[in-house]
Amino acid sequence: MNIGIGGAAAIVVGSLLGVAVLVGPGWDVPPIEAEQIGWRGVAMEKVVNPRTRAKLVDASQMPEAVWPYEESPEGTPLASEIYENVPVLGHLPVDQFDRLMAQITEWVSPITDDPQEGPLEQGCNYCHNPENLAEDSVYTKIVSRRMIQMTQAINTDWDAHVGNTGVNCYTCHRGLNVPQEIWFTQDQPMRGMAGFRAGQNEPGIASASLPGDPFTPFLLDDQDIRVIGNNALPPASGPVIGTKVTEYTYSLMNHMSEGLGVNCTFCHNSRQFQGWEGAPPQRMTAWHGIRMTRALNVDYLAPLGPEYPDYRLGELGDAPKTNCATCHLGLNLPLNGAPAYLEFPSLGPAGLAPVAADGAPQAALLLPEIDGVVID
Amino acid sequence: MALLNFERKYRVRGGTLIGGDLFDFWVGPFYVGFFGVTTIFFSALGTALILWGAALGPTWNVWQINIAPPDLSYGLAFAPLAEGGLWQLITICAIGAFVSWALRQVEISRKLGMGLHIPFAFSVAIFAYITLVVFRPVLMGAWGHGFPYGIFSHLDWVSNVGYQYLHFHYNPAHMLAVSFFFTTTLALSLHGALILSVTNPPKGEKVKTPEYEDTFFRDTIGYSIGSLGIHRLGLFLALNAGFWSAVCIIISGPFWTRGWPEWWNWWLDLPIWR
Repeated sequence: MNIGIGGAAAIVVGSLLGVAVLVGPGWDVPPIEAEQIGWRGVAMEKVVNPRTRAKLVDASQMPEAVWPYEESPEGTPLASEIYENVPVLGHLPVDQFDRLMAQITEWVSPITDDPQEGPLEQGCNYCHNPENLAEDSVYTKIVSRRMIQMTQAINTDWDAHVGNTGVNCYTCHRGLNVPQEIWFTQDQPMRGMAGFRAGQNEPGIASASLPGDPFTPFLLDDQDIRVIGNNALPPASGPVIGTKVTEYTYSLMNHMSEGLGVNCTFCHNSRQFQGWEGAPPQRMTAWHGIRMTRALNVDYLAPLGPEYPDYRLGELGDAPKTNCATCHLGLNLPLNGAPAYLEFPSLGPAGLAPVAADGAPQAALLLPEIDGVVID
Repeated sequence: MALLNFERKYRVRGGTLIGGDLFDFWVGPFYVGFFGVTTIFFSALGTALILWGAALGPTWNVWQINIAPPDLSYGLAFAPLAEGGLWQLITICAIGAFVSWALRQVEISRKLGMGLHIPFAFSVAIFAYITLVVFRPVLMGAWGHGFPYGIFSHLDWVSNVGYQYLHFHYNPAHMLAVSFFFTTTLALSLHGALILSVTNPPKGEKVKTPEYEDTFFRDTIGYSIGSLGIHRLGLFLALNAGFWSAVCIIISGPFWTRGWPEWWNWWLDLPIWR
């Protein structure tokens, strides 16, 4: 049979594509693991490949504390009595203060062989001028002070999302100066006849062709996250939930799924996405998480913009911001749910500068009680 | 006119697979055969079990009756009847009835000295069903992955399975299956319209021959697949629709656990433009 040059080319291209489809996507193979999260038979399930999950879990371990936690001896002076310019943590006993500084260095700017991005030295000098540690001359010192306050706020005010597991610097930083998952507002110029593309028609969030920046409207601005209207037909008056809003919402939801390593049915019964009835309880945690993330971006991260050097800013000059993946990094429990401030109570509610009746800061610093978590 | 006089000559003995002459008879218009008996047995038993399952449930609303597979915790074991065991028995009955029906088609085809295209085609539909309720659950390690028997409940299942992989329309086999389903209806509508148009000429004109059919399509699109070819094409399209449906669900879970959009990264990663 004479297939001709065109036929031969088609066979070659087809075979190459066939090989690419077989080896390219990284297929899973049985056995897989499935967890049932709803009534039997309705496919409310979380399906994972246990081998790839185990690798991710192994790579997401909370490092051991540099110095083990000990209660400060009686009569330990406060950090504010020893150091200058310690407005946020000055009320800590100085040994706790030093221990936290050493730990933050390990969490954020450890001295390793792996080069980090940016011109700054690693170790203590990443934030401090070695000539005068009290000086606020390095931008990272301003930022890290604000980040300590942010961490305390998360662990104190947002237990609806973080429970009493909490977060610490390592939850996001993982030994890097800049967390792996951060976002900037996307520059979305109008492009000729195509007009406003909303960052679509290219692989973006979760590799789908959804709007590329769902974070600015939902995690910085507080626009409604809506998919389904309450009426079968568009209402005669009032707001209509259009396709674009739906796509933005799906983009945010796909980000959450990808960031947490879960699927839509982890939080929703897709029979009725909007209904709380029949939705798994995780949806409540996520609801608080959206509000927490928005508050962190508005109150802490976005206002830091003027402090950063240009190379840390986005294409529109905005500060790096946080989304779900910043902490979660592929797991629905960041760092597998390891308690984050149990050994560093100064990062939790106990670390806030307490104010006594006479207005004088108190040095009380006790381990928080945490249900069901035991640390050796 | 239930039976044309001349049809009697097609009622020949033989061609059975099992049972020899024992079940080789007709009841009214229906050929019985061994597999007719097993079809009746499995259908009646399965329907009775469905009614039992419905009676155990909270409603007789036909839309909401739901007979669900067992919890995933039962794995591939038998479950108590009221907790998914009925679903397991009904599944066995359904497969028994479908396979019996296909084998009855084989016997009738053999009787008539025909090819086995009809039972083969029906087998592809059975294959898709067994893929959903047996092959995929076995590969995923629990009968609970099968779909529930209920009108609304199975739609909930379809929806939730789709969203487990974030966006099922990115499933490549689902794309193929949907394309084949649409193309099947396109081909069938073109063929149906063509046959009706040549058999319904204007008053006073004769019914047209296949040459007219071929000429119509050569004039419109430059090619006619022919009066036999359209049936080959139709069967090819229809069977592919069912086959790729089975593929699209069996790869979802056993062979792909992430979002389907991510699957397409192989295209972005092709060495020619990576």
